[in-house]
Formats: sequence, structure tokens, C-alpha cells
Amino acid sequence: MAKKKTKNDGSSLNSVLVRRPIQKCFPLFLLPTFIAFCIGFLYPFGKGIFLSFCDFKTTSIWNWSGLSNYVKAFQDESFMYSFWYTAGFALVSLLIINIFAFTVAYLLTKGIKGSNVFRTVFFMPNLIGGIVLGYIWSMIFDGILSRYNTSILLNSTYGFWGLIILMAWQQIGYMMIIYIAGLQAVPGDMLEAAKIDGASEWKTLWHITIPNVMPSITICTFLTLTNSFKLYDQNLALTGGRPYLGNIHTTEMLALNIVNSNTANSKGIGQAKAVLFFILVAAIGILQMKSTHDKEVQQ
Amino acid sequence: MSKKETTLQGEKRMKTILTVLFSIIAIVYLMPIFLVLMNSFKANAYVNTETFALPSKESYVGFQNYIKGMTFGNYPFAKSVGYSLFITIVSSALILVCTSMAAWYIARVGSTFSKIVYYLCVFSMVVPFQMVMFTLPKTADTLHLNTPWTIPIIYLGFGAGLAVFMFSGFVKSIPLSIEEAAAIDGCGPIRTFFSVVLPMMKPTLISVGVLEIMWVWNDYLLPYLVLDRKKYMTIPIHIQYLKGSYGSVDMGATMALILLSIVPVIIFYLTCQKHIIKGVAAGAVKG
Repeated sequence: MAKKKTKNDGSSLNSVLVRRPIQKCFPLFLLPTFIAFCIGFLYPFGKGIFLSFCDFKTTSIWNWSGLSNYVKAFQDESFMYSFWYTAGFALVSLLIINIFAFTVAYLLTKGIKGSNVFRTVFFMPNLIGGIVLGYIWSMIFDGILSRYNTSILLNSTYGFWGLIILMAWQQIGYMMIIYIAGLQAVPGDMLEAAKIDGASEWKTLWHITIPNVMPSITICTFLTLTNSFKLYDQNLALTGGRPYLGNIHTTEMLALNIVNSNTANSKGIGQAKAVLFFILVAAIGILQMKSTHDKEVQQ
Repeated sequence: MSKKETTLQGEKRMKTILTVLFSIIAIVYLMPIFLVLMNSFKANAYVNTETFALPSKESYVGFQNYIKGMTFGNYPFAKSVGYSLFITIVSSALILVCTSMAAWYIARVGSTFSKIVYYLCVFSMVVPFQMVMFTLPKTADTLHLNTPWTIPIIYLGFGAGLAVFMFSGFVKSIPLSIEEAAAIDGCGPIRTFFSVVLPMMKPTLISVGVLEIMWVWNDYLLPYLVLDRKKYMTIPIHIQYLKGSYGSVDMGATMALILLSIVPVIIFYLTCQKHIIKGVAAGAVKG
């Protein structure tokens, strides 16, 4: 049957020549990755879904409990708080990072001297790990705040903006690179035509450049969004959710909230939270794939 | 004519102003790194009070912080560096070899099974680590994959998605006729792959390699949960352990260790900057 299929394919008429021998080498080519994939992803993922419907303390001893974990997760104040906190953070960082990244990219593609050096510098923080970044910035913020007898761990407003500054520092360079690639692909004759027609720089930017870099804008929007929602290391290292206000950790984001449920007595709720978190992140991811795909088709 | 000249001059002036402006911004942008360097030479008490001052006569302690940092927290830092290096290199190499082979198989065979594997890989790209956080450590324990020597298998499993996706996207773009020619010339699939397909994959290999190296080197939560923490630490775990759970921390020594952990990254970045930027951007656009 498989043979028939490939023959209908037309272009792969000859591919039997290639396909058959490869197929025989299945244990060498596909099997190792597939086994590791089962161990590292498929099995833990499936079991995670299952355990979200159970009460468990260790993953081998569990009691079926239906939807009660999900009900409890939604009733958990700290979880709902961290959801709205993360959403707010995502929105603010989305705007700040993209506006700055686009501006920098726009100015750097104007052909100024040393733009390669600037690009290198702005991109660099991206390579530093989240934990290390968090501690670098906690030193800086506390260096400033200690003069006013406070600390980033004591005030949730500072915690919020501190994390925004940290993420902006880390991600502006990354988004800038994507914007630069987009800006360089804007057709030069279009820009020239606008110049000859006497369009102002502002008008050219608004009516020609921005519509042409829309794909980059879509990509960067989704990237900053998912990065914010999945943010964990930086959050843990900078404030770790402090200051605490009763049950609520005032600077705790979703991912950290879930990890902190790991130590709780009933891990079932944590696993249910993780499933909800996964659905949220996956929804954003699928939306991203769809929208970038549609844009590609249009072009 | 003269009007045009003045606008040209204006443009030139504008560009110079921009260069100066960006130079200042770039220096400010690098400040955090300089601050780490500066503070790594200060005594603990001065890090918090004189964060932005250059080391003075009273605060300067030379390389004492670095020496202290080496054995700080009852765990030799060199050991963490060693484990980090080993895990990063072996995991990345394993991912590159295994997933490029798997992707070739998937792209060329096109059976139902390989299609299922492909879609599962794509699916795994949108799954956050928290989803398997509770179950993966147990699985790893049961299979004795909880040591630095075996954790690359976990990395291969959890990181396969993006790599397979990027490789098979590339394989689909190479014309089949090259492989057919190799087959007619009597090449077996193993030889065809390693001496014909793999060399063509070079750009994608570099992109995926950069992405995996950056991911594994900086990863915190996965090794923290999977490895036996008393025996094995990586650099991020070590730094988090010092700061997070060690009571009053010697800030000077911590800054020394942070600097030591950034230096390899910066060297790596400056030596293969072009590939890194390209690789990271490729991952973003495709993922």
C-alpha cells in the first residue's frame, strides 16, 4: 500500500531507491531518538495528564479524584493572582520590548557608523542564563534601593518593574535582530519611490516600512508573549515571588507558582495547574504558528 | 542644488549624532557586566553599599573573592563547571547526531509511523517544561538517568522536537536526486547520510547546535529536578544554591563566580557571533 502512495506522488517515483534502504535502517536512524523522546517527553507528558486527575504524593502512589484538582486550582487564590500578574507583565513587557527593539533596529539600519558593534552589544545579554541575570540585577537594584533603606524583595512595585527592566535588557537585542532582518527585506525601490514622491520620513515609515515588516512584528509579539508566560529562572532569581502577602506571593508568575506547588502535600493540584498552564501556552503557540503561516501564504 | 547639499549635510550630521547616542547607550547597556566585574573585587560589606563605585583602597580585596568562591558553599565550583561543560557538550552532540538522522528518516520514508513521530515532535515544541516537571524526575530515577553521564538522554528526549522540526524542514528542501545518485553509485543509507546528506546540512547543524548549547548551558530547572543535587551541580544550580539557600551570602564571592560563569559565554559569543545570531534568529522564526 505504501508503494502505491509513493507512486501516486509522481515526483518521488524513484524514491523507492532511497526510501527502502533507509527504512531498513530504522533501528539506527529513528529508534534512538524515538526512545529518548518517549522517556524524556511522551511518557512523562501522558502520565502528567493522567495524574492531574489524581491525588498523589509520589508519582507511583495515586488515587483517582476526578476533576477535584482542577476545581481546587481555580479556587487557589495564589494561582489566580499569578495568572493575572503574568498577564499584566506580559502585556507591559510586550509593548516596551517591541517598541524599543523596533526603534533600535530602525535606526541601526540607517547605515550609521558602528552599527555592527552596537548590534553585537545589544544582543549579548540574551546569551546569559536566567538565574545569573536575576542575581546580576538584584545586585544592581539593591545597590540603588539600599540607599533608600529598602530592597527589591520588600516592595512588589519595584519587583514588577525590576523584572520588566531585566527582561527588556535581555530581550531587546534578540527582537532587534528579527526586526533588522525584516527591515532589510523591505523593497528598496518602494522606499525610493516614496522619497521621489516627496513623502516625509514619518509617512514612509508608517505607510511603507511598517506594513512591510508586519511578519516580523507578528513573530516578535508572539515571542515576547510566550517568553513572558514561560518566564521562570529570572523570576526565581530576582525576587522569588517576594514580598509575601498572606498566601499570595506578590511577584510570583505562573511558572514559579506551579513549581512552588511541587513541595505542597498534594501534588495533584500542582499537576492540574501545569496542565492548565500547558493549554494556555500551547494555545498561544498554535495561534502563532497559524498567524505566521497565513502571513507567509499571503506574501 | 544647494538645498540638496544642505539636506545631505543634515543627514550626515544626523548620522554622527546617532552614532554618538548609540555609543552612550551601548556603554550603559554593558554596565551590568562591568558592575559584576567591579564588585567581584570588593569585600562583601561594600557590594551593597558602594555598588556603583570603583573598588577603593578599603573595599579592594584582589582575587580573594575568586579564591574564596572556588570552595564556597562546601561544593567546589570547578566541579560544577566541569559538569556543566560535559552535559552541554555531550547533550548538544547527541541531539545533533540523533535528531538529524531521525529527521532524515522522517522526511524520506514518509510512513504513517514516521508522520506520527513528526507531529508529536512539533507538538512537543509548545509544551512547557512545567508540564512534565512532576513526572520526569521519577522516570529518570527509575531508569537511572539521574547522573551527569546519562542526563544527555533526557535532553535528547525533551529537546528533540525543535531539532527534528528544523532538520526535517531542511531535508525537504534538498533535491532527492543527489541521494538517488548516491544510491545508484552503491552507497548504503549510512554512507549516504554521513558523506552526502550531513555535509549539506551544515548551516542547520550550526543553527540547531547554537540553540541547544545555549539552552543546556543555561538550563536550571531540568537538571535541578533530575540530578542528585548533593552529588552533582551545574553552574546555574550552584549559583542559585549559593544565593537562594545559604543564609547570609558573601556577595563579593558570588559576583566572582557569576563573572566566571559569564566569561565562557562571552568568549563563545565573540568567536562565533555571526553563527550565534543567525542560529538564534532561525530558531525564533521557525519555532
